Amino acid sequence: MIELINFYIVPGLVLGSIYGLGAIGLTLTFGILRFANFSHGETMTLGAYFAWSLVSILGWHPLAVMPLAMVLTVVVILGIDRGFYKPFRSSPTIMLVIASFGMMLMIRSVIQFFWGVQVKTILPGIQLPIEIFGLIRISPKHMVIVGSAIVLMSAVYYLLKYTKIGKAMRAMSDSPELARLTGINTEHVIMATWIVGGSLAAAAGVLLALDSHVQTLMGFKLLLPIFAATILGGVGRPHGAVIGGLVIGLAEELSTYPWIGETPLLNPGYKAGVAFAIMVALLIWRPSGLLRGRTT
Amino acid sequence: MPTLELIDLEGGYGDTQVLRGVNIHVDRGEIVVIIGPNGAGKSTAIKSVFGLLNITGGEIRLDGEILTNTPPEKVVRKGVCYVPQTANIFPSLTVEENLEMGAYVREGDFQPRLAEVMDLFPPLLEKRNQTAGTLSGGQRQMVAMGKALMLEPRILLLDEPTAGLSPKFRGEIFSIVKTIHATGTPILIVEQNAKQALSIADRGYVMVDGRTVHTGSGMELLEDPKVGEMFLGGGVSNGDAEAASSTPGHIPAQEGSAAP
Repeated sequence: MIELINFYIVPGLVLGSIYGLGAIGLTLTFGILRFANFSHGETMTLGAYFAWSLVSILGWHPLAVMPLAMVLTVVVILGIDRGFYKPFRSSPTIMLVIASFGMMLMIRSVIQFFWGVQVKTILPGIQLPIEIFGLIRISPKHMVIVGSAIVLMSAVYYLLKYTKIGKAMRAMSDSPELARLTGINTEHVIMATWIVGGSLAAAAGVLLALDSHVQTLMGFKLLLPIFAATILGGVGRPHGAVIGGLVIGLAEELSTYPWIGETPLLNPGYKAGVAFAIMVALLIWRPSGLLRGRTT
Repeated sequence: MPTLELIDLEGGYGDTQVLRGVNIHVDRGEIVVIIGPNGAGKSTAIKSVFGLLNITGGEIRLDGEILTNTPPEKVVRKGVCYVPQTANIFPSLTVEENLEMGAYVREGDFQPRLAEVMDLFPPLLEKRNQTAGTLSGGQRQMVAMGKALMLEPRILLLDEPTAGLSPKFRGEIFSIVKTIHATGTPILIVEQNAKQALSIADRGYVMVDGRTVHTGSGMELLEDPKVGEMFLGGGVSNGDAEAASSTPGHIPAQEGSAAP
């Protein structure tokens, strides 16, 4: 039982928090800009690399440079929106999807060009886990990850629920046409969406780097579970994305627990397939997601 | 000077021409109704004010100022509010948030206006924290109109506000329209339920095939036998109705089409 919590549930929650942060951005762009942003994973990678550089220049803890990495990432993302997505604003969705696919490859290549392809470490050394109640063992970095995710998610919740721009974001996610007729400045809303999505993606990238390493494919590998989390939570529903992220994270980890007999139920090598299986199953039986989002 | 004027307006969507000469004006404090058969371009005429179509000829004026082809977000800022026929509320936002969005371009505190609008629609007050998507059809319509009224518009445009509502709610909507009108806001309505609409209207226009072909006061149009034959359904003997429906070029009455 303790083993289940320490080696499966805790890592599942850690992974799930990172998925959740990524999925919020994806679900917001999907809801408001109406396209599946394939470059979202690369946005995470970019955030992680910015943080890595800042850590090596400033010598601070990754968590301390995270806000700065988020700002830098947002600046890049806003530039990309202006240069690449804005001209497609009134084009069919498929053009934006393909544009974002191209953007994914471009961002990754630029990262590889400037930072190289070697795996980097953002937080050197081994951390000893802390015992809670003498039972649960959790490493400090995992507490940092989950804690940061909770803070960021609460901030987004507050923004969407109580601020004027947040309400306008939800309104535009409901109906872009009516938002225009109501006089909502849709360009401002789009900008806010990139700011929120970009900074959360960057944060997710930094937290992921904290958990493992910094490498050029880290974000891309997360893209599938994040899409699965987005669909699971219902497209356009940020709180659904958080739940979806946690469910996918836990499902991936728990699928390798030796539920029957001594050997893992699923070889850990196939862990990534769990998210894919969940996504396919949902698209077949409940395409609007658990929280009834849009069926796009 | 009329509040809103559509002068010899021509236009449509893309290359498809829908409007072929529309002349409508709404004076201060008036309720004006546009009636006509399906596909006559009534709703399109209203949408033209909001920059939602490609205008190829004529012009639109708001208090004398040219408004032709202004994008929707700017039209709103000038004080024109439009309630579309469908998808006119944000379903996942609460009633109060919907009204707040209506005040999006308004500067300063919107709370006093919110209280006024809530007074106008008492049922919304108790549902203010409920998601708008869970409301009944009539209440949704109230939210949609309340949302438009948050800006204290210079003119209100309503696109078939009673479409799909039961007769009971229809009456309710028309009495709301009268209430709004009593606050001094001029209103331009497109309506299928022509009889009821004309009875509360100061003036009306008849549109056929993208043109305004006939105009008069609400009473005149109601009593006009030709209008009666064409659009009002009732009020004419069966023989006349049959004659009307066989008149070439005219689509017969469809009073019942929007009824449940």
